[in-house]
Amino acid sequence: MSGKPRLTYFNGRGRMESIRWLMAAAGVEFEEVFLETREQYLKLIKDGHLLFGQVPLVEMDGMKLVQTKAILNYIARKYNLLGKDLKEKAQIDMYVEGTIDLMTMILMFPFSPPDQKEAQLASIVEKAKTRYLPVYEKALKQHGQNFLVGNCLSWADIQLLEAILTLEEKKKDILAQFPQLQDFKARTSNIPNIKKFLQPGSPRKPPPDDAYVATVLKILGPL
Amino acid sequence: MAGKPRLHYYNGRGRMDTIQWLLEAAGVEYEEQFIESKEDLEKLKKDGALLFQQVPMVEMDGMKMVQSRAILNYIAAKYNLCGKDLKEKALMDMYIEGMMDLGEMIMHHPFKPADAKEKDLALIIEKATTRYFPVFEKVLKDHGQDYLVGNKFSRADVQLLEVILMTEEEVKPDILSKFPLLKVYKGRISNIPMIKKFLQPGSARKPPMDEKQFADAIKIFY
Repeated sequence: MSGKPRLTYFNGRGRMESIRWLMAAAGVEFEEVFLETREQYLKLIKDGHLLFGQVPLVEMDGMKLVQTKAILNYIARKYNLLGKDLKEKAQIDMYVEGTIDLMTMILMFPFSPPDQKEAQLASIVEKAKTRYLPVYEKALKQHGQNFLVGNCLSWADIQLLEAILTLEEKKKDILAQFPQLQDFKARTSNIPNIKKFLQPGSPRKPPPDDAYVATVLKILGPL
Repeated sequence: MAGKPRLHYYNGRGRMDTIQWLLEAAGVEYEEQFIESKEDLEKLKKDGALLFQQVPMVEMDGMKMVQSRAILNYIAAKYNLCGKDLKEKALMDMYIEGMMDLGEMIMHHPFKPADAKEKDLALIIEKATTRYFPVFEKVLKDHGQDYLVGNKFSRADVQLLEVILMTEEEVKPDILSKFPLLKVYKGRISNIPMIKKFLQPGSARKPPMDEKQFADAIKIFY
């Protein structure tokens, strides 16, 4: 019995990836169970492990945690990544929610119909460049600090780095007009726990491919 | 200078509803500034008041807060409605996220194309009665307490009552027919003074989506 948190999900990014990022940044080692068949998934439900019949599932500290945001909040609180007071927490929450809105568009993208993909991608890039990235560029420029909130590493920084790297996979030069974010990316990627997560062989999952999409649809049914 | 929180949204439930419920349950007086036209919304954006160009926005304690969850978390923490330790908070967060998933389906329903509405309604009813309400019925059954978490009134209770009433009003009036404990729970939470007051006619509570609200939403946001 390892005592390490155990993550149950498909063998890919999806909604579990932000959780993997946060755990890695906090220096938490974890185990993973990968869903490969519908039978496995139905058994999890039958055995009462999934509160709302859904994954992600993270077993940790005697709890079976579900709901991505509940899991992320628990980890962020436990490892002091939520600022030092209510106002800092509110600022972190706002930034994180914005980034997650953008990440959710990217997450859903592989599952959109082929004839809509080009338009969806254009929409993601447009929203990133006009609604989201400028906010973080401005925040960093205004206070001139290394981290988004309170001059201290928080969940907001980790979520932003994940978003930046994921966006760059879709459009290599997405940060072309955002010099502060370019520096932020370099700096934050060098934080030891994060640097380790970015090395080959870490639990970080590759971008979703057709096989991943097929597995998810097979296990969950049509989304 | 009012000092009261000021809520910026259109005159309807939408994503501001849960925030309004929480403020009311916490006994916090607030003002509402209704967005009535696209121009009103554009002005807020132009003035730099909306971090991600979106509402809800709540001006409170010197901040212009956006993103429903950020706002709700702040209010719940400030007014001690969010559990006493990490584990209680985790439980509450799980329950609330489930409730929000259901609330989200109900909120989007009026905007579905006409030919998809019937199927969507059936799906909402199915999810409410097989995925969400059974969980909360079981929670109440297992611990036998009056409130969802920690034997104490919290944001989880406020949100569950809101979701129950929303489902009854907007989806199916007898949605709780197979959930006896939730029926009792609904009566109990509705009787809490601040909440009872909010449920009276003449309070600031918004009615369910009607034709005018729908038209306003389309005009302003789409």
